[in-house]
Amino acid sequence: MTTHSTRTRNASASTTASEPATQATGAEPGAPVRLSARGLTLAYDDHTVVRGLDADVVEGTITCVIGPNGCGKSTMLRALGRLMKPRAGLVELDGRDIRRVPTREVAEVLGVLPQQPVAPDGLTVADLVSRGRHPSQRWYRQWSGEDHRAVSEALERTGLSELADSPLQELSGGQRQRAWISMVLAQGTDLLLLDEPTTFLDLVHQVDVLDLVRELHREGGRTIVMVLHDLNLAARYADTVITMRAGRVVASGTPAEVLTPELLREAFDLEAVVVEDPVTGGPMVVPVGRSGGGAARGARLP
Amino acid sequence: MTSTHPTPPSSTSPARTSAPDDARGGAPVRSRGRARAHLASRGRAVRLGPVSIPLRPRLVVLGSLVALVLLVLVGLNLSVGKVYIPLDRVWGNVIGATYEDYFTVWRVRMPRVVVGMLAGAALAAAGAITQTIMRNPLASPDLLGVTHGASTGVVAVMAFGGSYGIVTGPLAAIGVPALALSGGLAAGVLCYALAWRGGIDGFRLLLVGVGVSTVLMNLTLWLLTLGEVSDTGRAMVWISGSLSMRTWQDALPVAVALALLLPLALAAARTLDVLAYGDDVVRALGVRLGRARTAMLVLAVLLAAFGTSAAGPILFVSLACPQIALRLARTSRPPVLLSALVGAALTCAADLIARNLVSVQLPVGVVTGCLGALYLIHLLVRGNRKAQA
Repeated sequence: MTTHSTRTRNASASTTASEPATQATGAEPGAPVRLSARGLTLAYDDHTVVRGLDADVVEGTITCVIGPNGCGKSTMLRALGRLMKPRAGLVELDGRDIRRVPTREVAEVLGVLPQQPVAPDGLTVADLVSRGRHPSQRWYRQWSGEDHRAVSEALERTGLSELADSPLQELSGGQRQRAWISMVLAQGTDLLLLDEPTTFLDLVHQVDVLDLVRELHREGGRTIVMVLHDLNLAARYADTVITMRAGRVVASGTPAEVLTPELLREAFDLEAVVVEDPVTGGPMVVPVGRSGGGAARGARLP
Repeated sequence: MTSTHPTPPSSTSPARTSAPDDARGGAPVRSRGRARAHLASRGRAVRLGPVSIPLRPRLVVLGSLVALVLLVLVGLNLSVGKVYIPLDRVWGNVIGATYEDYFTVWRVRMPRVVVGMLAGAALAAAGAITQTIMRNPLASPDLLGVTHGASTGVVAVMAFGGSYGIVTGPLAAIGVPALALSGGLAAGVLCYALAWRGGIDGFRLLLVGVGVSTVLMNLTLWLLTLGEVSDTGRAMVWISGSLSMRTWQDALPVAVALALLLPLALAAARTLDVLAYGDDVVRALGVRLGRARTAMLVLAVLLAAFGTSAAGPILFVSLACPQIALRLARTSRPPVLLSALVGAALTCAADLIARNLVSVQLPVGVVTGCLGALYLIHLLVRGNRKAQA
């Protein structure tokens, strides 16, 4: 993961810029960049959300995008998944301008799960997952053995085989999220963009979904970009963390490099203590908040 | 529960296997086998070389049933009326074995039945497409300006162009159906243009459509107050959707339109399936959203305009029939072909009632409104009960 951040970065971060994330899964150094943003400016009507953003997504990594509400992280992800047209700049998929590649071809390489996706009523899980096969189907070949294999595999992968015939509305939040992930999986792409896959889930199901994502990454070798809210979950699951604020990248690098008290203050205005995660040994963010700050901070540091 | 996972989860994911979501049903292995079998049966398809179309037995059976009902209704329509003709004699006339009731069957009743069937089918198909792309069960081509545009066009000419309701001069050559068609299409284009803002948003289009329709409706009412009573009386009959005095000439345009447009709509079934999802999902699946939605909209407007031009705005067919078909088929979106069949059957049934229930002939639109509304309410109430149970 390399990012041309808009501010001058310290030495340790710039070394990782040339030598991308090798943390948990050991992506090879020098692995090709799959997806990159070049001078991306994004706006809704006349409200500019993202200005001149550069970012790279390296093959075989999990990249988490974090940042305060309204910082433009979901907007950036939408642009990376060609769900919205940039005002300026471009998104490159495997070195080609994504808007010049036929959108169906993109859909065979890149799977996107939008934030709060909308499905019609009365759908079963299998219906939803089958829809993921759309990009590889033609009007004369609407259902092939290949489709069947991909759908049953995606259902098994997400542990939803038994629920295939259940209506989507009857599922719990966690199951529904897995069903949507299953649909994107059925698409059969090795590049996945997930916009807040853990929203509205309790902690157990957040971990459940993220474990699934990590499995997909480790076993399928997929490259994954996701927007997350929870800093500690981002620290735990990401190879690379991109921190955004007000439409710009504040920092990017391994979780250990990015989740520092200084950068958290800069990006989130958050006073926090960063300690070692007792499970993974990675960074863990403990917010101090307004009332708890000051004197106690030094004492709590390990 | 680990057995539900194809690959044993890594040591970091104990939470996943113990997640409460997974605890469902007693015997996971058996239910898994059943689920597999189910899934395999879903995957059944009609294959011919590279062609492979998914087989949906329920839709096939339902389609045949509705077609059968339609056939019976057509037979009844030909047989029952002011003059009763037994069904065997109707059949004799149809196959040309006898010419005894040739005029009644072929010149009076048959055109009327055919026009009603075709118009109902076109309107219902248009409704199915509109409801799918708008993601709104209350959407109908009526709200795309088509119906009211057609009414305004027809009333304007009937009230001013003709004498005693008989269109004369250059307008006679155009004819009422062509007027309705151009009025409907013009209103549809107007709605589309007003709703355009670098793309088409379904909800905005609906709102614009409601606005335009209201303006046109009031324009029609105003025009009705201006014309001669005898002229506007005829116009009123047209507005309420009437099949009386339909000839083969009325059937031809809508028949051609259906023959061309319905196959297109069926070929686009996959696109419609996707367009029923949220915009971002559609784009993510590699569909050019703007182009696909506009194409479907044009299809719906054309179908609705041709349907309306043949028999006037037959109320409620485009709204209720797709919903009836949807509930019969239990699919996630109204199936176009089944909707068209239901539309044809409903219009035929309504016309049968309209001609025979009371001594005065009712406009068929009045009856479709009543019939369709009652059946839809019945389906909704039943659906609600099931949901509560």
